[in-house]
Amino acid sequence: MTAALQMQGVRKNFGPTEIIRGIDLEIRAGERHAIIGPNGAGKSTLFHLISGKYSKTAGRILLNGTEVTELQPYQINRMGLSRSFQITNIFPRLSVFENVRCGLLWSMDYRNSFWRLVDTERALNERAAQILDQIGLLDRCDLPAGVLAYAEQRALEIGITIAGGADVIMLDEPTAGMSHSETEGVVDLIRRVTEGRTLVMVEHDMGVVFNLADRISVLVYGEIIATGSPEEVRASKAVQEAYLGTVQESGEEVL
Amino acid sequence: MSASETTTARVVAPDTEPAWKRVADDQMRRGAFTRTLPMWVGAFALLMVMPLLFPSAVGVTIMNQMGISIVFALSYNMLLGQGGMLSFGHAVYFGLGGFLSVHVMNYVEYDGWWLPLPLLPFLGGLFGLAFAIPIAGFSTRRAGTVFAMISLGVGELVAACSIIFVAFFGGEEGVSGDRTMGPPVFGSEFLSEVEVYYLTAVIVLISALFMYLFSRTPAGRMANAVRDNEERAEFVGYSQRYVRFVSFCAAGFFAGVAGGLFAINYEILTEENLNLVTSGWVLLMAFIGGVGFFIGPIVGAILLTLLQTVLSNHTELWQLYVGILFVLTVMYAPRGLTGLVMMHGPALRAGRLGMLAVPYAIAVVPLLALLAGTALLLEMGHTANQSVVGESEAHVFGLTLDVTTALPWVVAAVLAVGGGYGLYRIAQYLRDAFAQATGPAGGHQ
Repeated sequence: MTAALQMQGVRKNFGPTEIIRGIDLEIRAGERHAIIGPNGAGKSTLFHLISGKYSKTAGRILLNGTEVTELQPYQINRMGLSRSFQITNIFPRLSVFENVRCGLLWSMDYRNSFWRLVDTERALNERAAQILDQIGLLDRCDLPAGVLAYAEQRALEIGITIAGGADVIMLDEPTAGMSHSETEGVVDLIRRVTEGRTLVMVEHDMGVVFNLADRISVLVYGEIIATGSPEEVRASKAVQEAYLGTVQESGEEVL
Repeated sequence: MSASETTTARVVAPDTEPAWKRVADDQMRRGAFTRTLPMWVGAFALLMVMPLLFPSAVGVTIMNQMGISIVFALSYNMLLGQGGMLSFGHAVYFGLGGFLSVHVMNYVEYDGWWLPLPLLPFLGGLFGLAFAIPIAGFSTRRAGTVFAMISLGVGELVAACSIIFVAFFGGEEGVSGDRTMGPPVFGSEFLSEVEVYYLTAVIVLISALFMYLFSRTPAGRMANAVRDNEERAEFVGYSQRYVRFVSFCAAGFFAGVAGGLFAINYEILTEENLNLVTSGWVLLMAFIGGVGFFIGPIVGAILLTLLQTVLSNHTELWQLYVGILFVLTVMYAPRGLTGLVMMHGPALRAGRLGMLAVPYAIAVVPLLALLAGTALLLEMGHTANQSVVGESEAHVFGLTLDVTTALPWVVAAVLAVGGGYGLYRIAQYLRDAFAQATGPAGGHQ
């Protein structure tokens, strides 16, 4: 079985500054993979490279075995990869319902058609309503998305991300800025909506990471220093060093 | 929080249908075209009786011009309001559609082409579209400043071409034609203005209908999405460039239709019809009316055509007043005149619109004083500045004022300053009253 995502020697420089310094990583189909690392390690940059927002300085990226290195974001999305953003990225003036419906249009093959009316398409509207039900925003469907509470906007962003039915879902810090109880709700939501799909996630909350992830990669200064199951990563000396600056002699648990 | 509320809603709901099913049905019912059908029928009826209400030749001429402006402004709003593209060169497609239409009229007259006049605007639209396609091809990669600059450049370029390519643009005197040479349609050869009015009205209605329907198609909805957040649109599978391209082409087509209507009405086109002044004028119409609403550009087109035709008969300063109106709209009512009306929706739904009657009645007094005082000052200043020796009378509001005496100046200044100060003093009271009428039930925190 091919990996959902393969990165081979991926590099990214901004001018003379090397942000991503050669990443080789395989995300297995169907796994929940978390990418962790200190601030400035390049996690979001790596997300932008995979999803096509940034061009790559070197290396290749394959999605389900097909090369996507040079493709535009919308092309990569059409091939089955969908992502959310660290900073909420929705359509603020459109209604909540329309946000999700826009997330569905391309995948349901409506493209840029100007001979069909969105309001007469039953399958489209029912699917959008089902997704709103899933993310718990059904009763907010008529509000402009920009006026939703923060946690609701984050949920909506996940809804837009999963709407298109992509088999690889990438979430960039889905619980950032949330209270403890809100975080629990989102973790539960992510678990439900990514059922049967591949999930790649950047996350700072270690509780969330160890709760959700099948495997973890640790990114430090643009390099992956460890990849493995939560137990392996927890035990890794390199990881402890990266997070604390020195190796803990006693080997006590730091994560 | 929201999750628990959803659950409550489900428990309360008496039917067995799942909640999402009801929401989907609800969205489809509210979005259905049949809901707006009464409005379209009403608009059609209104358009049909207008010449009976305003039968004068001047009235019909003004209404024809309104119709042309409505189609033009609606097409402009496909760019600005719906697609987030600020164009300074939309008159290009209007003018090109118009020029082609005049040429076709001449082909009908001299070369024996068979073409019923009502089809002419459609040809104008196709010609506008033909130019919109390549121009959209290179200008829609980005919105914002880049798009605005390119549209300005293209506008200048085509306006400059109109002096150079004399065969098509007719040089400085333009190109003229005769609309009456085609085959009669329903017995009409479109000799009279009223016949042209009915032709214009039908095409305006059809164009407006199709532009409205476009906004409800996947292409139209994604134009809104790209306007809101082009990055997000790319990550749900849409090329922002191609989404803009489609809107741009549609806007170019309908601008060409408006140009064709112009050609039918005036039977002449000149460089003025596609230069930057015309491009700026359509921007004013759409913005003052309100770009966030489908009806906004219609309101703006009607109002500005009125100012252009009626106000210009009364004062040489009418363009100054339009300019002031535009600046005030940008500063205080960025959602346009339609936005000013629409913001009363919440108060209306809460049944508290009446609470605003007294505050507004109070506000009208200083507002009128300010407007009257300012207009008096401007008109008297204009007279004083322009007057030939011995002519010192300004005619304002049916009054004749001698600008060499102090009294009119003092009165005007007192009105303007007093009105302005009065508005300033009651501004907070107005804001409070509005918040109370609009705010949560009960109207008090």
